[in-house]
Amino acid sequence: MNLTLYVWRQKNADDKGRMETYAAKNISTHMSFLEMLDVVNEDLIEQGIEPIAFDHDCREGICGMCSLVVNGRPHGPEKATTICQLHMRHFKEGDKIYIEPWRAKAFAVVKDLVVDRSALDRIMAAGGFVSVNTGGVPDGNSIPISKVDADTAMDAAACIGCGACVASCKNASAMLFVAAKVSQFASLPQGKVEASRRVRAMIDQMDVEGFGNCTNFQECEAACPKEISIKFIAKMNREYLKSSVAPSKG
Amino acid sequence: MKLDSKVPSGPLPDKWTKHKFESKLVNPANKRKYSAIVVGSGLAGASAAATLAELGYVVSCFCFQDSPRRAHSIAAQGGINGAKNYQNDGDSVYRLFYDTIKGGDFRGREANTYRLAEVSVNIIDQCVAQGVPFARDYGGLLDNRSFGGAQVSRTFYARGQTGQQLLLGAYSALSRQIGLGTVEMHTRTEMLDLVVVDGRTRGIVVRDLITGKISSHAADAVLLATGGYGNVFYLSTNAKACNVTAAYRAYKKGALFANPCYTQIHPTCIPVAGDYQSKLTLMSESLRNDGRIWVPKKVGDNRAAADIPEAERDYYLERKYPSFGNLAPRDISSRSAKEVCDEGRGVGETKVGVYLDFADAINRLGKNVITERYGNLFDMYERITGEDPYTVPMRIYPASHYTMGGLWVDYNLESTIPGLFVLGEANFSDHGANRLGASALMQGLADGYFVIPYTLGDFYARSKQSGITTDHEAFKKAEQEAIDRQEKFLSINGKRSVDSFHRELGKVMWDYCGMGRNEAGLKKALEMIPPIREEFWQNVKVLGNGDELNQSLEKAGRVADFLEFAEIMCHDALDREESCGAHFREEYQTEEGEAKRNDKKYTYVAAWEYNGVGVKPNLHKEELEFENVELATRSYK
Ligand SMILES: Cc1cc2nc3c(=O)[nH]c(=O)nc-3n(C[C@H](O)[C@H](O)[C@H](O)COP(=O)(O)OP(=O)(O)OC[C@H]3O[C@@H](n4cnc5c(N)ncnc54)[C@H](O)[C@@H]3O)c2cc1C
Ligand code: SF4
Ligand code: FES
Repeated sequence: MNLTLYVWRQKNADDKGRMETYAAKNISTHMSFLEMLDVVNEDLIEQGIEPIAFDHDCREGICGMCSLVVNGRPHGPEKATTICQLHMRHFKEGDKIYIEPWRAKAFAVVKDLVVDRSALDRIMAAGGFVSVNTGGVPDGNSIPISKVDADTAMDAAACIGCGACVASCKNASAMLFVAAKVSQFASLPQGKVEASRRVRAMIDQMDVEGFGNCTNFQECEAACPKEISIKFIAKMNREYLKSSVAPSKG
Repeated sequence: MKLDSKVPSGPLPDKWTKHKFESKLVNPANKRKYSAIVVGSGLAGASAAATLAELGYVVSCFCFQDSPRRAHSIAAQGGINGAKNYQNDGDSVYRLFYDTIKGGDFRGREANTYRLAEVSVNIIDQCVAQGVPFARDYGGLLDNRSFGGAQVSRTFYARGQTGQQLLLGAYSALSRQIGLGTVEMHTRTEMLDLVVVDGRTRGIVVRDLITGKISSHAADAVLLATGGYGNVFYLSTNAKACNVTAAYRAYKKGALFANPCYTQIHPTCIPVAGDYQSKLTLMSESLRNDGRIWVPKKVGDNRAAADIPEAERDYYLERKYPSFGNLAPRDISSRSAKEVCDEGRGVGETKVGVYLDFADAINRLGKNVITERYGNLFDMYERITGEDPYTVPMRIYPASHYTMGGLWVDYNLESTIPGLFVLGEANFSDHGANRLGASALMQGLADGYFVIPYTLGDFYARSKQSGITTDHEAFKKAEQEAIDRQEKFLSINGKRSVDSFHRELGKVMWDYCGMGRNEAGLKKALEMIPPIREEFWQNVKVLGNGDELNQSLEKAGRVADFLEFAEIMCHDALDREESCGAHFREEYQTEEGEAKRNDKKYTYVAAWEYNGVGVKPNLHKEELEFENVELATRSYK
């Protein structure tokens, strides 16, 4: 099939950027969305036009590197699917496809569709861990953990750190991302010890980075390729409240 | 050059304890006087960087992704082995050691493999303490499964995302140190060269992928944890950016490359659909527990699977290996699939694929049970292929997956260049000629959390600081070379994209140095590679500039190195006139078509020394000594 792409091109962080129109020709329905872009890029190279820069690595929906807004939706139209896992059979002959980068105050555009998400790493460095050094830890089975808690922790831990939640939010809030990490640890005995300190440190850093507040639009949950539930935001809010009641603990 | 493995003397189970005791220690107050560069933030790199920083060393860590959390380790699905014997089913450190040595077809180093099994139990404890949400049973204890044909249940897992969860554990430990200011993290930064002065490693030259700036970093030791080179085949289950550059650059600076021809081909991947294919997706091996593999008996049978009657189907694994059937090891299953496709009995549009059929299992167990066991895998398959595996059999085909070969290291994980250590998939050390499922994650974390902290301390204590800064002319020279090379790529302005060369190389490697190899084919590959490389340097087209994000330029550097490295792989495969593990030389097989080892001649590690581009490298041999296990023939009949 043949498609028309409208793609955000921006030479670097200082450039204003603009949409460019490209034809995607002879696209097979078996291709993934990124393979379609590969084909377009090969075409551009042939014409002497610099290929479109976009982030990607695993192409299996797990590394969190790919980050495209397709037709206004982070990761495109399919539910629970990263853009690298979206296949072209979901499009039809003649479709017009708009491709843009994540847009958020905290995610500056680096080039074309590539943005800087290092703010998420800094939130993690502020508190997204259990403070144990290597060695000297108890046996893995010394503390039984109920299956329910372990499963809840895993549900939260499935976050791939892609930032689609931020890109989809009117306030560009990173609440879902932070809540996922806070909830994972708060569900486990190993993480409970310093739960108070963690939630405060991570939320403080989130504010420093310029992410907005959560006003309950729930767009994040709808955009999240890993279906991280907004119930974790409620859980984080409880953790935060607890930490202000008993801030000294942990 | 005499290769000294530095394996400690004494009984196998005592070696590591003894070695740790005999290692020199660095006084706590002096630790901050020693620095380490860690290249890579996968399981091996992140665990090493975090642990060394905890100990008090000055650490800087590099990765080319935008965050350390995105290293390729994130993609591992199945699980991680640990000899905990929590299931009381007869597992032990010794059994894990033995299975790993045997699985590697007796081409691994006993002492390293034993140590790996020994520290495997600590890894599980460490990960639990970090908050890794491993699967648990209703009693709240850790759950295990049997993986890749193992006879005991020793694999720990976190749904189908074990690699992700382990990496996030290591990444959180690393993040903690970054937050404390003890690790300086450089993301989107690619190592382009290693700097060696007076025979000792002094640092690296890197390119900032955003600004294009090329700069130097000096340290008392450099640790490469840069992953495997499976993308030499272009198509593989690896992430797109996985590459050989860091290891290859070290090789060019004098580190020996060991067993490059040991590359693992995974039997259950989704087949190639078209020329545009950019990567291959692994379908978990666990599917073979219930799926039956078959092709039509007749050559060129174009009927749909459902229209082929039972009597006209060939369940070739069940036929050839009645006792293991569909669970035959990775190398054997992969080769058998190739065989039937070569005979013209493959299935699907391209005829390069075989069926993995769940019809019987669904009849026997009900669709619900199958959904419970494999629901997410079936969804993934359908998402990619558009076919419903509940009603139409899956199509699978082998793909490049893991590389057992890597830089040669001794028992301390130190390469032949003093001060250069190699961890994780990037080294050759623990898996022999074939790796067992769930053992790569284990090795990455063993190296990073539990081995290098000891052996690096000993190195520092013995060798003192490097004393050479980035002002040294060797750094300036290496920087200039990197700049010149980049300018060269940008100025060629030819007609073909970087990817087109990578594809071309990949096809040659897959055809002649892939699942089955023979003398004529390998010689042909060695004739075909140089002209591709020459054309690359004359006709590649890299647009854009060097002083900004330029993904074509990044790829050009990586592909240029693959184009040289591929030849070493072929030389190694040619030299090894036997079949062992994943290395199958068609000339050396039994009458039934099984791999035939030659223990008299080839019980060695082949370590290759750089000798110039396009020139056959020099072979150095590390003879393997088996003091504890008896060399047996693998049989899965
Ligand atoms: C699909 C798939 C599934 C798998 N499943 C399993 C499993 O279930 N169990 C198991 O045990 N194993 C599994 N494996 C194998 C296992 O995942 C890998 O072998 C292992 O994770 C490698 O870890 P590593 O730390 O050595 O390297 P990687 O995780 O590959 O990390 C490499 C790091 O080096 C960096 N790097 C590389 N080159 C440079 C450079 N030049 N400059 C700067 N940085 C550089 C990268 O940025 C990255 O941070 C699987 C592999 C694949 C492909
Ligand atoms: S919560 Fe979902 S959308 Fe947000 S970073 Fe995690 S995986 Fe991405
Ligand atoms: S490329 Fe890894 S999640 Fe999309």
